[in-house]
Amino acid sequence: MAAQIVLFAPLIGALIAGFGHRVIGDKGAQVVTTALLFLAAALSWSIFFGLEEPQTVHLMNWVQSGSLTVDWSIRLDRLTAIMLIVVTTVSSLVHLYSMGYMAHDPQFEGESYRPRFFAYLSFFTFTMLTLVTSDNLLQMFFGWEGVGVASYLLIGFYYKKPSANAAAIKAFVVNRVGDFGFALGIFGLFYMTDSIRFDDVFAAVPMLAEKNITFLWTEWNAANLLAFLLFVGAMGKSAQLFLHTWLPDAMEGPTPVSALIHAATMVTAGVFLVCRMSPLMEHAPEATAFITFLGATTAFVAATIGLVQNDIKRVIAYSTMSQLGYMFVAAGVGVYSVAMFHLFTHAFFKAMLFLGAGSVIHGMHHEQDMRNYGNLRKKLPVTFWAMMIGTLAITGVGIPLITFGGLPIGFAGFLSKDAIIESAYAGTSGGYAFWMLVIAALFTSFYSWRLMFMTFYGKQRGDKHTHDQAHESPLVMTIPLGVLALGSIFAGMIWYGSFFGDHHKLNHFFGIESHEVAAAPAADGHDAAPADDHAPAATADHGTDHGEAMTHAAPMGAIYMAPDNHVIDDAHHSPKWVKVSPFIAMVIGFIVAFWFYVVNTSLPKRLAATFPFVYQFLLNKWYFDEIYDVLFVKPAFAIGRFLWKRGDTQTIDGFLNGVAMGIVPWFTKMAGRAQSGYVFTYAFAMIIGIVALVSLMLLNGGSH
Amino acid sequence: MNNLLSIITFLPLVAAVILALFLRGDDEAAARNAKWLALAATVATFLFSLLVLIGFDSADTGYQFVEEADWIMGLKYKMGVDGISVLFVMLTTFVMPLTIWASWGVKTRVKEYMIAFLLLETLMLGVFMALDLVLFYLFFEAGLIPMFLIIGIWGGANRIYASFKFFLYTFVGSVLMLVAMVYMALEVGTDFEVLAHHQFDSETISILGIQIVGGVQTLLFLAFFASFAVKIPMWPVHTWLPDAHVQAPTAGSVVLASIMLKMGGYGFLRFSLPMFPVGTETLATFVLWISVIAIVYTSLVALVQEDMKKLIAYSSIAHMGYVTAGIFSLNQQGLDGAIFQMVSHGFVAGALFLCVGVIYDRMHTREISAYGGLVNRMPAYALIFMFFTMANVGLPGTSGFVGEFLTLVGMFKANTWVAFVATSGVILSASYALYLYRRVVFGDLIKESLKAITDMDKRERMIFAPLVAMTLLLGVYPSLVTDIIGPSVEALLSNYHAAIPTELVEAAVSTSH
Repeated sequence: MAAQIVLFAPLIGALIAGFGHRVIGDKGAQVVTTALLFLAAALSWSIFFGLEEPQTVHLMNWVQSGSLTVDWSIRLDRLTAIMLIVVTTVSSLVHLYSMGYMAHDPQFEGESYRPRFFAYLSFFTFTMLTLVTSDNLLQMFFGWEGVGVASYLLIGFYYKKPSANAAAIKAFVVNRVGDFGFALGIFGLFYMTDSIRFDDVFAAVPMLAEKNITFLWTEWNAANLLAFLLFVGAMGKSAQLFLHTWLPDAMEGPTPVSALIHAATMVTAGVFLVCRMSPLMEHAPEATAFITFLGATTAFVAATIGLVQNDIKRVIAYSTMSQLGYMFVAAGVGVYSVAMFHLFTHAFFKAMLFLGAGSVIHGMHHEQDMRNYGNLRKKLPVTFWAMMIGTLAITGVGIPLITFGGLPIGFAGFLSKDAIIESAYAGTSGGYAFWMLVIAALFTSFYSWRLMFMTFYGKQRGDKHTHDQAHESPLVMTIPLGVLALGSIFAGMIWYGSFFGDHHKLNHFFGIESHEVAAAPAADGHDAAPADDHAPAATADHGTDHGEAMTHAAPMGAIYMAPDNHVIDDAHHSPKWVKVSPFIAMVIGFIVAFWFYVVNTSLPKRLAATFPFVYQFLLNKWYFDEIYDVLFVKPAFAIGRFLWKRGDTQTIDGFLNGVAMGIVPWFTKMAGRAQSGYVFTYAFAMIIGIVALVSLMLLNGGSH
Repeated sequence: MNNLLSIITFLPLVAAVILALFLRGDDEAAARNAKWLALAATVATFLFSLLVLIGFDSADTGYQFVEEADWIMGLKYKMGVDGISVLFVMLTTFVMPLTIWASWGVKTRVKEYMIAFLLLETLMLGVFMALDLVLFYLFFEAGLIPMFLIIGIWGGANRIYASFKFFLYTFVGSVLMLVAMVYMALEVGTDFEVLAHHQFDSETISILGIQIVGGVQTLLFLAFFASFAVKIPMWPVHTWLPDAHVQAPTAGSVVLASIMLKMGGYGFLRFSLPMFPVGTETLATFVLWISVIAIVYTSLVALVQEDMKKLIAYSSIAHMGYVTAGIFSLNQQGLDGAIFQMVSHGFVAGALFLCVGVIYDRMHTREISAYGGLVNRMPAYALIFMFFTMANVGLPGTSGFVGEFLTLVGMFKANTWVAFVATSGVILSASYALYLYRRVVFGDLIKESLKAITDMDKRERMIFAPLVAMTLLLGVYPSLVTDIIGPSVEALLSNYHAAIPTELVEAAVSTSH
């Protein structure tokens, strides 16, 4: 029952706020949605700590067509539980924070806009929860597109602003490009395995790895192709390179939205998808190699762009994109638990950085350009300390090499990020991904400290009046910062063992059975899993080609690591220099930022003047938007216009008019002059025509 | 009630006759009476049709509620419904009261207007229930007349051109169908059940030196195809639809999009697949390809439209592309999805045309550029329009998604290239639909002309309410539809596959893999 309440409480809140705010008022709408979210968060934590056996709660039947059967249901296992606490915790804190942040808005003077905002936030939370609790790919797709719509609505919340509307459409359409791949992946999985329930698909994966599928011009290994197609979906949602252009623009939305959707929850859905599909990924070496490569490249590219941005939210947005790249590297090399670890810790410190930035923006009257900040640490002390903790966490401050009772000491990001970098080293034999991530770590440290120094240190810049009016945020905004600060400090150390510890701890946490046990009695089938009663039916009504797949049972556990996957052990045993390298990168980044923005503040300008090409290239985000505009957007409109004017109007209508020997224009001329009464005459002629034709038919065929 | 189907079919006609004979005068009172009588008749028709739905046994894949009687000159009057047709009947009876109610603001020739719509309902219902070739042809063709009049009399400035284009296109298609029907009637007879069990000759024949694979079946298929492809419509015989929609009054557009287009899809399912299986098999790949060309082509054209109705009309053609591609995927998901998509489109496209009607009634223009920032003064309208925009885009949770998803699953099984191209339609649909919404609804309200615009009144909201409910209900619980159509589709497909000679199956397998 707890799971149902977690899932539906936000939906109920959204409906009450959206449709009932005239009755309960602005304040009532805010209180109801926030209270329901806190309820969901409390229950999520109890589910998280109380989780023993994975279970599936069937809600009702959804799509049913032939052998395709999909249900609405709630799958509760460790992956879901992690996502539940991330989503509901951050969401409830963001709801609370928004009570302060959205209290006054110059854009909506005298209008009631807060219930709408809270309804959207809660609706988003609901769709995100359906995504993470799904036990099949289609419900996941429902959540996937649902969060897309919520994101669209929230990015475009300031609907009077053209830039916000453009950003909202861009987010939706670019995500649809990803969904295009995701959908094809679902079709392919159904085609090959005759089911899109996770358990059935996972059971069929060994078969997929050995089969080929004809797709477009040639044959592909089924596991690799389908894993790749699903990853295209992940690329869109998680803003990986080539499908990332929407994320920076999404900063048009109110800042709490960025914290919730574009940092902690929705953008991590892609990582969640890859981890959820770990049994498939384990059998798709080429697809995962691509994931690793693209994740590493994204981490690097986003970090380079982050170096030079001046809008405080955009810096954090590129930082998010970069950190998502880290997570994909971890998933790509096969250590899904570490990907989830970074997803988990990142949710705390990145949400806090965004909310901290929101607090600065709130205090500075919606000024977002860091060039107009400076010396704010005394005016915004709480915010300053929160941002400081967030920065220490994201840059990865901790004590390298030394552990206390097997536990390293450091901020949350230190533990999870170092775990990824070590895994990248182990998983790629010290290759490309490892070096990209180390360099990205250096850049991360630089831009994060740059943000801190430009905002809170140095001389105050920009409008004097704004600075004089600058004020600390109210308690409803600083309390969430405090809670997230706790997470940013301790989350890494508390759950280090569970996500990146030895086999025993890891297996216990994720409910995986150790390989020795799994190997022996696999034949008796662990189909004790409650959902499995479906599998035989699917086998029965299906042809022989896919039948044998169903004889395997899905592997136990929320994530699956193949018996030959030793990356996590190798990561633990990676050389000392590897383990220290992110720390060194972090220190260098800090020193350079300190030098540039505290010691010698004229240096960045001179550097930009010396290398104008590099500076412009980064400032313009590698020109992705411009290139896409030329490659896709403009041609789509041009082709559309061409097909309309040349295709429809000239060719097709021209041809048909020609065939009709100008009969249409003739009729038009005739009837145009006439009264509409003539229409009746023509209609009467039609009737006579029909009667004549039917009579003809009767005379010939009626005798039968 | 042994003649339930006849009651449903002819009840609107009876109301139309009453209006024509007994309603006198042009004053306000007469107009009001005409509206109320039409509304009452369509609502009653809907209530009667519920009895069909309640009594319908979806496990029985044959025709139900069958009525058979001798008619003039040795012809038969035969009506019935099965899992393929019953939902189209329901869709028609459901949508008609809403269109009547949406026409409350009609000022000119109200009586004739209502008569035209009532007559149209009878003829459309007849199309979906007729089980005899001649009867079907009468309903199918006569249905053109009231629609022709609706566009030609109550339409926009360019209505005469549009109505003749509409008439010519569909009538030319029908002539070919008529020729085929004459042949069929001579060879076999006119009863659908007899025709579906007859194997038309499928030996390759040679006409004027051209080898025709599938022989007579292919020719018959093509003749019917000419009519249905125009009706649904398929690229490249689609250009009548945008013009017809633009010129038609709001209610006319709703009927056209919600119901009349579906006659094409219904025709494929009732004639092409069961009666000419070999012809279907021979030409399936061809139809698949022009379907997906339609999806991409019309979506791109929709992107650049400046007239709201034209944009939605092009979007309709794209959605019908999913329908035809689903049907000619020739598998369960494809067919289920196609029927589902048609039903769903009946609600969604109808609602979108009603959305245009709401602001057209206020501003008397369909130019997108005449609007902007409506959300500021019309929040309820903005919400409804957003909802149906999302349904049109195929958002999961709305009925628009299920049809699109199932047809694409079906296509993927049939041909991955086709599925690939068709799936790209989801990107394009998001682009044109959201771009339209942004230009009309979002932004600041700057235009002076819009400053005094009012939000939807109670009547308008109540017209949308059932459409919203159905769109959501079918999106969340699509089994309401698939449970009814599933067994009949399954039977249709198994008969279909049984009728295909084995060498043709092998040939198809070797080309598609």
